[in-house]
Amino acid sequence: MPAVTVRDLTRHFGDFVAVDHVSFDVEQGEIFGFLGANGAGKSTTIRMLCGLLKPSSGTAQVGGIDVGRDPEGVKRRIGYMSQRFSLYELLSVEENITFFGGLYGLDDDAIARRRDFVLEMAGLRGRERTLARDLAGGWRQRLALGCAILHEPPILFLDEPTGGVDPVSRRQFWALINQLSRGGVTVFVTTHYLDEAEHCHRLALMQAGRIAALGTVHELKGIFSDRAIVEVRTPSPMEALRALDDLPSVEKTSLFGTALHVWLRHGERDTAPLRQRFAERGLETESIEIVQPSLEDVFMDVVERAPGASA
Amino acid sequence: MRKAMAVGRKEFWQIVRDGRTLMILLFVPAFFLGLYGYALNFDIRHVRLAVMDREHNRDSRQLISSFTNSTYFDIVFTETSMADIERLMNEGAIRAALIIPEGMSRDLRSGGVAQVQVIINGDNANTATTVFGYAQAIVRGVSAQFQLEMITGGQRRPPISAEPRIWYNPELTSTLFLVPGLIGFIVMISSVVSTSMSIVREKERGTWEQVRMAPISNVSYVIGKTIPYFAISLVSAFFIIAAAMVLFGLPMRGSWLLLLFTVSLFLAGALGTGLLVSTLVDSQSLAFQVSLLISMLPTIILSGFIFPIASMPAPIRAVTYVVPARYFLAALRAIVLKGVDWHVVNMELAALAVYAVGVLGLASVRLGRERL
Repeated sequence: MPAVTVRDLTRHFGDFVAVDHVSFDVEQGEIFGFLGANGAGKSTTIRMLCGLLKPSSGTAQVGGIDVGRDPEGVKRRIGYMSQRFSLYELLSVEENITFFGGLYGLDDDAIARRRDFVLEMAGLRGRERTLARDLAGGWRQRLALGCAILHEPPILFLDEPTGGVDPVSRRQFWALINQLSRGGVTVFVTTHYLDEAEHCHRLALMQAGRIAALGTVHELKGIFSDRAIVEVRTPSPMEALRALDDLPSVEKTSLFGTALHVWLRHGERDTAPLRQRFAERGLETESIEIVQPSLEDVFMDVVERAPGASA
Repeated sequence: MRKAMAVGRKEFWQIVRDGRTLMILLFVPAFFLGLYGYALNFDIRHVRLAVMDREHNRDSRQLISSFTNSTYFDIVFTETSMADIERLMNEGAIRAALIIPEGMSRDLRSGGVAQVQVIINGDNANTATTVFGYAQAIVRGVSAQFQLEMITGGQRRPPISAEPRIWYNPELTSTLFLVPGLIGFIVMISSVVSTSMSIVREKERGTWEQVRMAPISNVSYVIGKTIPYFAISLVSAFFIIAAAMVLFGLPMRGSWLLLLFTVSLFLAGALGTGLLVSTLVDSQSLAFQVSLLISMLPTIILSGFIFPIASMPAPIRAVTYVVPARYFLAALRAIVLKGVDWHVVNMELAALAVYAVGVLGLASVRLGRERL
């Protein structure tokens, strides 16, 4: 049985449809990524799955419990960690653990046992009495994660869990998440960081209240398997963009960080016409090469093609 | 219950670590008590008086010494002229003047009406009224003596004299009347403000979201949130009462147990009010303003703290029925000044209980809506 089953889940706010007939399953032990721009309906979906918001129609079962019928039952079976690593700043590491354990109804023995586990996991041994506000980002993040799994929930919701944390801490964090997943915990994670989404077993891209694409990272990238993406590095990207406007072999162009990503039309793999055009216009380039599509390419493509997408 | 305890313990740690909240709960009350306790005093003593005596005899001297002996007036100038009085009054050197005209004794003995003039600075109407009352009482007293003297031929003792006995507050010091109001005022403000900040602060910091995700009932959460504030406010309230006894001579004629019960009921209502505010607003600054406004104004104006409820117009008097401080003040005055039993104040206690249950219930319901 899947850990999360969602069927035609819909939520209106007045006339506005925030989530529009969304359906998907998440398997037990899976790391399921939820991507989308702000306002795409990600957080509304998460809030419904966590029992905070009643669905307008459709159903969602989390850990076998219907979120519309028994939101409190859902809350007992899930752990939740938000991007703000909501700890009590004026409480010490130990006191935060004790509080959240108590909030989930753990008795003193259970709290003591889980405290040791969390201290070990988060690498906070010897810092039990440090106030949460004095912890650096990575430690705060791991402590917040620890507090979210004190009651050993089978399903864990992470809402943009790595914001404002250094790359080393992010890597450590994902190692912990993988470890939990191997232990059978289902992880449902939303993120803005596309490189982070590569850690997920499967991804759903949300756009305007609907799921625009769903699949493994490999499957999603497969959308571009028959097409080449050319990455162009140039000191004058805006001029380069204009120069490629009317080139027949180019389908579309986009800025990708400081570089330019150029989609060639189906079957085209030749970068010579691009080089020629840049030479004609006297534009300098540092490199022109065919690259693997990244998730960001997929994401941009999906967002542009989805109905109702603006610009 | 375990969950409520967890919330309560957490809240207590937070209060203790957060100097600001602890200051609102402990230091501000003490500060207010000192400030208001000394500044709020409606008794007028030692009014500076100038005397213009045109009569210069035994009768006029007797009248003047009655003013001096009253302690309400200090004679700062004698042998003045009308021009002097005008100048002194303008300069603010005196607040009142007594003018005894020539022929006062003659008018008295001839059975006519003798007139003396009292001039009072009316720039502060309240003070003027009080001073006028003092002057009138003194003149009346002296005049009764003169009257008696004429009838009995020199024996200056009235056959019947009313000797006033003022109960509960024999010296009629307004401080004794005001301090219970002050206690209510301080307790109300500090507890409403501190609790109103408590949930809003969690909203601002994001911990609120985390708590909402947890399987804890609204009632447990409200109980957990309230208990530490309740305990600290209770200590603070009794500290204020003790300070009022030491500093202002507030008596304690009733039962401490009854007092504890009354203060507890009042506190529960005040804390509930604070919680309710914090479910309605989203920022600490707004919570502070709203809670200050709704706790301070009604408690000062509509509770009988300063303005007697009996003399309010009917529509305003109707509003006072929903001000918890009104009942608290009535009960507190009755307990500490009169030493009454619980059955005398049971209506007030019932009203306080109704308010507390109502507002805590409302806060729970509001909290429930917030959570969904």
